[in-house]
Order: sequence, then structure tokens, then C-alpha cells
Amino acid sequence: MSPRLLLLAFFVVARAWAGEIAPEQRRSGYEMMSRETQKIQDDDATNPGMLWVLDGEALWKRKAGAADRACADCHQSMRGVAARYPAFDPARGRPVTLEQRINSCRVDHQKAPPLPYESKELLALSAYVARQSRGLPIEPKIEARTKPFLDSGREAFHRRQGQLNLSCSQCHDDNWGKKLAGSVIPQAHPTGYPIYRLEWQNLGSLGRRLRNCVFGIRAQVPELGSDELVDLELYLMWRARGMKIEAPGVRP
Amino acid sequence: MARAVVTVPPRAKRGEIVEIKTLAQHAMETGFRRTQTGELIPRDIIRSFSCSYNGVEVCRVELHPAIAANPLIAFTTVATESGTLQFRWVGDNGYTVTEIAPIKVE
Repeated sequence: MSPRLLLLAFFVVARAWAGEIAPEQRRSGYEMMSRETQKIQDDDATNPGMLWVLDGEALWKRKAGAADRACADCHQSMRGVAARYPAFDPARGRPVTLEQRINSCRVDHQKAPPLPYESKELLALSAYVARQSRGLPIEPKIEARTKPFLDSGREAFHRRQGQLNLSCSQCHDDNWGKKLAGSVIPQAHPTGYPIYRLEWQNLGSLGRRLRNCVFGIRAQVPELGSDELVDLELYLMWRARGMKIEAPGVRP
Repeated sequence: MARAVVTVPPRAKRGEIVEIKTLAQHAMETGFRRTQTGELIPRDIIRSFSCSYNGVEVCRVELHPAIAANPLIAFTTVATESGTLQFRWVGDNGYTVTEIAPIKVE
């Protein structure tokens, strides 16, 4: 191999590796927060997210819509479900988030109106479902039909955008562990969603968190549930594959 | 939905100091915030919390606008006899929540 070709090969490999965090170096945001905040999350008696989980459990068993059916009438255990989302929905021809899946189930099977994004009810139901996957590894199913959406999410993650001209990757791949305005930059693994964020004083979805970050780099903020956000969520879940679900997480 | 969660050790030894944790679901709207159009959001907070152990008050808390949403109140008491702990949160706009938890002292 000529030296020039060797150099070219080196650059190709280096480019593929650039930024990606090695699997053994991945850390949940949990490990980067204070011991006090960790303790709030660890104990169900102090984790405020449990209030939504309990509300979600009540909603799960309540009959709703024209079909007069409850989620519990069809579904038994939802263990492991949250670990697989966003998942491909053949009806829409693209991956959907857990929140979107709950809503399409409401519309199609319960004949009830969809719940608005970030509404207390939708957060409660998704928290109840996600809680059942606590401790299980994240494993989104990547196949031929989901691959283009994963690639689009990866592209969004690495694309510089906004007035600050930053990509997600510049903070969360290249500079994690350092500080931004006094707060530790995490690696952005969506292990605990929906999370109770102390700053929000409320439970919120991954979509809300992503919008926060996009607003922070002064870029055009995508709508909740938009294709762009869902693709990014899919990439983030794939990027965190194998890490354990902590839902409902508590974050500063 | 006004939900509260209390955690009391189900059994304790006589004379033992037990920790009790309570979590009440509440937005704790301060009354100082404004909407994007400048209107004041009216105050809506929990004003008081109390716990009585077999009818005897063992903890009382006054809450103010600077306290975070979904307040977590943890305190200790001495396990004297078997019975019930009654918890009561009272706040603005007719907010009242009552919870009961049994405790067995041996």
C-alpha cells in the first residue's frame, strides 16, 4: 500500500471514529449528578416521578373513549416496552415514540381523542409504562426499514446548527464531563425518560429536553413529535443501547 | 388529581425513632410569576401540613411561596404504640388531601 493510500485509509477510519464515545466509557447522566439528587431518584418514597407513575397506573385501568375500554383490558405487563422505543409503526411508515404509540392506541382502539404532548395524562401514562422497564437494557430494533431514520437522526446529531453553530456532538461526544455555565455536560443518554427535572419542577419527555437543548444553541426549535425530533430520539436510544433504563429519572 | 404518597415503616420497636417521608403532588405556584402576556398567575400553594399519631400532633409545617413543587417533607417521630398516622395537607383554592398509614409497634 502506498503511503498516500495509507494516509487516506487513516483519515477514513479516524472520521468514522471521531466523536463516538466508546461503549465502556459511556456514563448515564445519573453518575454525573450530585449524591443528593441521586438519592432523590433512588428512593421511590422521594422520587417525585412516582407521583406520575401512580397517576398513570390509575389512568391505565380507567375506561376511556367511545369504545369504553381501558389500556388494561388489552395489555398485561409492559415490561421492556419502553426500552424498544422509538419503534417502527407500519401504519405511519416510520418510527414513533412511546407517547405517539400511546396516542395512536387511544385513537384507534379506545376511540378517544389523542392526549396533547406534555399533558399530565400523557406523561403519566408514559411514566407508568417506562417504569416497568426500569433496570432493563435499552435495545431499539434497528432493521432495514428503520435504518434511514436512524441515519437521519445521526446526521442531525452531528450537524452544526443555530446562531451558535454548534452540533449536539460537539458538547455531548467531545466535551462531556466538562462544565457549561456551572453545570456538568452529560453524554446525553436518554436513560431516565420521562424525567423529573428539578429545573422544570415537573415531569417532561425526551422531546421537551431536546427542544431545550436546540433552543440553547439558538437554532430553529422543532415541534414536539416532529419527524426530526423522533429521528434524533431514535439515534440517541441506539447510541445508548445496552445501558439500563432508570425511568422515572431525576435530573438537576 | 391530587395525590400524596406517604412512607412509614410498617413495624417498629417501642421507643425506636422512625423516619416518615411524605410527597404531595402540587404545582406550588408562587403568585409572583407572570404569563407571556404579562398577567399575574395567581398564587396556588399548599399552606400547611400536619401529621398526627393516634390523635396527637407530632409534626406541623407551614409552607410558603418559595418552596419547590411537589414538596417532600420528611421527619422523625418516636414509635410509642401501634395505631395510625394521619397526614393532612391544606392549601389555596380548597386543596385538602388526607392520608392514613398504619404502624405496628412491638
